[in-house]
Amino acid sequence: MSAHFVRSQLIAPQESPRSDTGLSAWLRQRLFGGVLSTTATLLSALVLAASIWPTLRFLLIDAVWQGTSRTDCLAETVGRPVGACWPFVQAKFAQFMYGFYPADQVWRVNLTYAIGVALLVPLLIPRVPYKRVNAVLFFGVFPLLAFCLLVGGVFGLPHVETRRWGGMLVTLVITFTGIIGSLPLGILLALGRQSSLPLVRWSCVTFIEVWRGVPLITVLFFATYMLPFFLPESWKLDPLARVLIGVVLFAAAYMAEVVRGGLQAIPRGQYEAARALGLGYWRMMIFVILPQALKLVIPGMVNSFIALFKDTTLVLIVAIFDLLGQLRAAFADPNWATPVTLLTGFAFAGMIYFAISFAMSRYALYTERRLNTGIAH
Amino acid sequence: MSAGDNDTWNPADAARDIRTTRNTIAIDMVAVNKWYGAFHVLRDVNLRVMRGERIVICGPSGGGKSTLLRCINRLEGWQQGKVVVDGVELTEDLKAIDEVRREVGMVFQQFNLFPHLSVLENCTLAPVWVRGLPRKEAEAIALHYLERVHIPEQARKFPAQLSGGQQQRVAIARALCMQPKIMLFDEPTSALDPEMVKEVLDTMVELAMDGMTMLVVSHEMGFARQAATRMVLMDAGQIIEVNAPEPFFANPQHERTKAFLGQILR
Repeated sequence: MSAHFVRSQLIAPQESPRSDTGLSAWLRQRLFGGVLSTTATLLSALVLAASIWPTLRFLLIDAVWQGTSRTDCLAETVGRPVGACWPFVQAKFAQFMYGFYPADQVWRVNLTYAIGVALLVPLLIPRVPYKRVNAVLFFGVFPLLAFCLLVGGVFGLPHVETRRWGGMLVTLVITFTGIIGSLPLGILLALGRQSSLPLVRWSCVTFIEVWRGVPLITVLFFATYMLPFFLPESWKLDPLARVLIGVVLFAAAYMAEVVRGGLQAIPRGQYEAARALGLGYWRMMIFVILPQALKLVIPGMVNSFIALFKDTTLVLIVAIFDLLGQLRAAFADPNWATPVTLLTGFAFAGMIYFAISFAMSRYALYTERRLNTGIAH
Repeated sequence: MSAGDNDTWNPADAARDIRTTRNTIAIDMVAVNKWYGAFHVLRDVNLRVMRGERIVICGPSGGGKSTLLRCINRLEGWQQGKVVVDGVELTEDLKAIDEVRREVGMVFQQFNLFPHLSVLENCTLAPVWVRGLPRKEAEAIALHYLERVHIPEQARKFPAQLSGGQQQRVAIARALCMQPKIMLFDEPTSALDPEMVKEVLDTMVELAMDGMTMLVVSHEMGFARQAATRMVLMDAGQIIEVNAPEPFFANPQHERTKAFLGQILR
């Protein structure tokens, strides 16, 4: 170009050139572009084929769907290789869901579930209004209501001891309590850890580090078997309640660290702007800092929730029977002792754990995307 | 007496003056010294700002301009000296600090809007939660000030959807919504693209014409000439020269002032 240039005509925007599209181009580019890529594609296909086919065979094709006892699930009776023995799950289903909750009282558990779902679903759907009322009902009222319904002893409901609880009920109670309890406690601990008051800061740091430093099994053991020795005789705490407290404190320590990460990511300018407007500490935190910080750590929080959900299986060691515990108890039933009972049971439990964990993770992803639109930093 | 005149400053006089002229003095900084660790960032700063004055503070970067500004609403503390804002002495006392912050608005270089809140919510947050205004009233005030900074149509948008100039005008409106007596501007146009500087400066000039007491850290000499009642040059943590804009630009006295103006007015 010469040293002097003046554009005589402005260029109007034009459409971008079409890139290579279509299936063949996609295949070539994404799956078979080069030796390495082709090898990787073939290997992946092999692994998938090798794992999916036997799984399908076991769960569906070779599975036994109807029956009343172990004999229906034996290869000799059926006359072919046998996959999953679904009648076993069917027979034990009530146990898996409710443990030994009295059968005539099971409606209370179902009612609790129904109320929980009825409150949770609108809370999760952004378009539904009255979020504040909904949140208060779900996080504040529902736990109390659930407690009354499940434990009983009020409103003429017969008392059901927690040692009769089991299965999915226990799993959900522990998870729900863990989440609801650890979230506010974790936030407070995270804020305390950043406090300028040394005593508050040190207490929070100590708490977090101690609880993060011990395995959950230790916590459960301590809460169940050791704690009674330290408490006065008259202080009889329900075994499940002891475990719940341990789980909440344990989860809170992790939650605190997750929240701290979010707090640290908020630019100093946000604090300064809030301060300059005259907002005090709590208002600044509640309206300016925490909404942003918590949004940033949604993936980490859900990670913690999922971990907590799966960690509930550890309560088995203190003789509380959650879903997995109930399952293992059912294995001992000689009426259902077949070579595939174990696999069937674990497949069933695995699917439940996976479905719930996966749902949590997808919902977190969805929330994250929704919060990110138009509100980028 | 001329405020900010370091050589003739007498703290005893200042104390008496504060009592007698309490209603006309907006800000009084007396012998303020501040250190960041070993670094002496503010050195014997004396500055008295009368109500309705517009002070533009300029000087080389790292000279303590922003720090001085941030002492006025106690975003920064200091080790020696005292600062009295609107008759309230700023100390460790949180009540006094909150009282001052309610009366002093601040606009930052990086806007510091709250990204999770809409423009309107940015503007009503403090009036509702600090002043305790009903939401309806706060929104009316917010719309009034958004109109004043010429962006009422953006009220429902989020900060990230606005241009830099618009964001900074929202930040100005947000501060004005607290109906402050004093406005602090910390390099309000330094983070803006050149074509957006003017819209922000125009807003500030309008504010100045309305009689707002303003302290502005800025290198926008056009704005200074147009709106400032006094110029302050800071370097190495101290006030080097204070003067009315005309003599300040036409006839700078101190070598550093000359050097600085020589560099930016070239």
